[in-house]
Amino acid sequence: MPLYHDEDQAMLADTARGFMADEGNIAKQLRHWRDRDCPDGFGHALWKQMAEMGFTGMLVDEDDGGLGMGHVEAGIVLEEIGRNLTPSPFLTSSVLAATALKHGSNDLKGRYLPGLIAGDSVFAVAVDETAKHRPSRITTRAEKSGNGFKLTGSKSFVIQGASADMLVVAARTSGADDDDDGITLFAVPKNAANMSHDALRLVDSSMATHTKFDGVDLDGDAVIGEVDGGREVLNAMLMAGRIGAAAEGVGVAGGAMDMTVDYLKQRKQFGQLIGEFQALQHRASHLYSEVEIARAVVIKAQQLLDAGAESAELMSSVAKAKVAKTAGLSVKEGVQMHGGIGMTDEYDIGLYMKRDRALQEFLGDAYFHANRVAELSGY
Amino acid sequence: MSELETFRNETRSWLEANCPAEMREPIRDDDDVFWGGRNATFKNDAQKAWFEVCRDKGYTVPAWPKAYGGAGLTAPEAKVLRQEMSRIGARPPLSSFGIWMLGPALLQFGTEGQKQRFLNEIARGEIRWCQGYSEPGSGSDLVSMQTFGEDKGDHWTVNGQKIWTSYADEADWIFCLVRTDKDNKYKGITFMLFDMAGGGVTTKPILLISGNSPFCETFFDDVTVPKSYGEDCPGFVGEIGRGWDVAKYLLGHEREMISGMGGGERTAAIGTAMKRHSAKTGDELDPALRADLAMFDVDALAFTAMAEKFMDEMKSGKGHPAQPNMMKYVGTELNKRRHELMMSVGGSRSLEWDSEETGGGKPSRGWLRTKANSIEGGTSEVMLNVISKRILELPGS
Repeated sequence: MPLYHDEDQAMLADTARGFMADEGNIAKQLRHWRDRDCPDGFGHALWKQMAEMGFTGMLVDEDDGGLGMGHVEAGIVLEEIGRNLTPSPFLTSSVLAATALKHGSNDLKGRYLPGLIAGDSVFAVAVDETAKHRPSRITTRAEKSGNGFKLTGSKSFVIQGASADMLVVAARTSGADDDDDGITLFAVPKNAANMSHDALRLVDSSMATHTKFDGVDLDGDAVIGEVDGGREVLNAMLMAGRIGAAAEGVGVAGGAMDMTVDYLKQRKQFGQLIGEFQALQHRASHLYSEVEIARAVVIKAQQLLDAGAESAELMSSVAKAKVAKTAGLSVKEGVQMHGGIGMTDEYDIGLYMKRDRALQEFLGDAYFHANRVAELSGY
Repeated sequence: MSELETFRNETRSWLEANCPAEMREPIRDDDDVFWGGRNATFKNDAQKAWFEVCRDKGYTVPAWPKAYGGAGLTAPEAKVLRQEMSRIGARPPLSSFGIWMLGPALLQFGTEGQKQRFLNEIARGEIRWCQGYSEPGSGSDLVSMQTFGEDKGDHWTVNGQKIWTSYADEADWIFCLVRTDKDNKYKGITFMLFDMAGGGVTTKPILLISGNSPFCETFFDDVTVPKSYGEDCPGFVGEIGRGWDVAKYLLGHEREMISGMGGGERTAAIGTAMKRHSAKTGDELDPALRADLAMFDVDALAFTAMAEKFMDEMKSGKGHPAQPNMMKYVGTELNKRRHELMMSVGGSRSLEWDSEETGGGKPSRGWLRTKANSIEGGTSEVMLNVISKRILELPGS
């Protein structure tokens, strides 16, 4: 398979680009909700529109009412979300939770997927427990209790946790904190008793929670996949999420770069356009090279994942690390080359810097994934 | 079975039957490479046998037309042959600047007579060519070159000096940029072809920091270059005064070729091999060095994907025409970084200059050699200039 979009994918990219630029742009969404201090951090009307576009259920199997598309397609939407800094539940709901639910019972699918596909429901993912992503260690416990489980522990960096209709929670049902086995994934409904959210606004204006489970009673049918066998589902969900986050990161990197290159062609100092200065030209050209490479490794990872290749795991970490470095470079160069105006809230380039920071941290930063590349390679 | 699969099976059996075991060993030094030419000697019988059987089948230049000494393979067939050769580690039967550079220029700009003569000579390894581009005062600013050919009717008299002429001391003929009009910078250069043994040409090897001398200074004192070598066989490529077009085409071709080496050494991850190497010498990777190796591997593996994407896009005509400049820039910078890390992992052993253990100072000489990667064929800075101008369309560059 060639490493570029086929005709259908190119058409989807055109559609997604136009739609996100029109409806998901910074003024209409990010600034709009931020300036109103919206507790959700995103607009439900846009989520509904995304459903009408067919985006919300793209990864859901056709048998379950979705479009049965792959991660290349989801990545196309995510890149445009990244480019426009569009706040939306797409990554957590339509990529992460949807991937987990593929492993769920028909009952679970029937309960949650129609709402997702219709753009009525929003899902969150609760994996991290400390300030850094470390899914190998899960201390939140779900003890057997009658026919179900009692969930105790706490999670952090739960994006849109307070707005979510359901949380996918990774908990330990047996073994020690660092064991590979003994993990179970649960679909925890919004109104579960003894669950509390401490909702916080993050640097990029997104909303995340520290969520406490203080003996939350769960039915046995809240289990996604097998009891004690959740590691595999968790890994599948994380891999999809990381490749998705990388695709969004390419959009952030590309958006910031385009803005910066445009600025170099407009801003005059010393009687000439600053884009005429070789010092800036070389940095812009270096940035262009890195963004091209980041885009290439992301589509490679998407294709490997869609093909079910074993190497998708390694390439997902390569992609996440490469994009984190690249988008980081893009926003830093962006603010610097914009000069003073880049420090103002009025100008959008700073918003890219803030979004990139949050996205880099989500599901593991460049250090986490470079280390994982080394481990998977055997050194 | 598709035709291509049939071709793959045939190729596999042919290689099995014809490629000697010695020719499937990795290349260790320059002796292992057969360059052809009037004075060529073979290192051993296997090298000779492998070259001759490939020459007779047109496999020294598989994608060139049969009439010019090739095998007339289609692009997909040529790719299959490359894959099958690489599968068994077969060495190239013949290496030369004729194959890599002059050939493509003649296929694009040459007359039928030139193709018949020169391409066949190249394919059969009879003539070894070198390239005369750079001059002491004209490196990155190549078009400022001064070597001058005075028009004498049926020939030119050429005077001047070239530098960085690879293996000029071992070459038979030279393809050479010569100014034929001093008043016209871009349209006053002619791409000439001439015999180095014809009188007036002297070469002097340049000792490099690696201790090797693959490059020469080449001096021309009243060298006679005929305007014609016979019917339909001019002594220059393209038109008189339009040699810059040919040179630009070749530079682009060279960058594309470098960019296409996606699966090769240039882009591979090294961390795993470095850990093994370090264990062998009884050492351990410092955590900070391991971290640098991991970051390098991220970049190298990502670039592997880029090389694959680049090739896919070139084949379908989707890529930006200036994209090879980006590939050259990133690929060569990455290779320099790779050798820096290899030196660090190797420690004091990698400093040895001519010990047997290091194969005559391979690590250090190889490391120093890579420093030329981002200078030759267009410096990294020139590549960045081209990206600025042609891709980002920044002003005034």
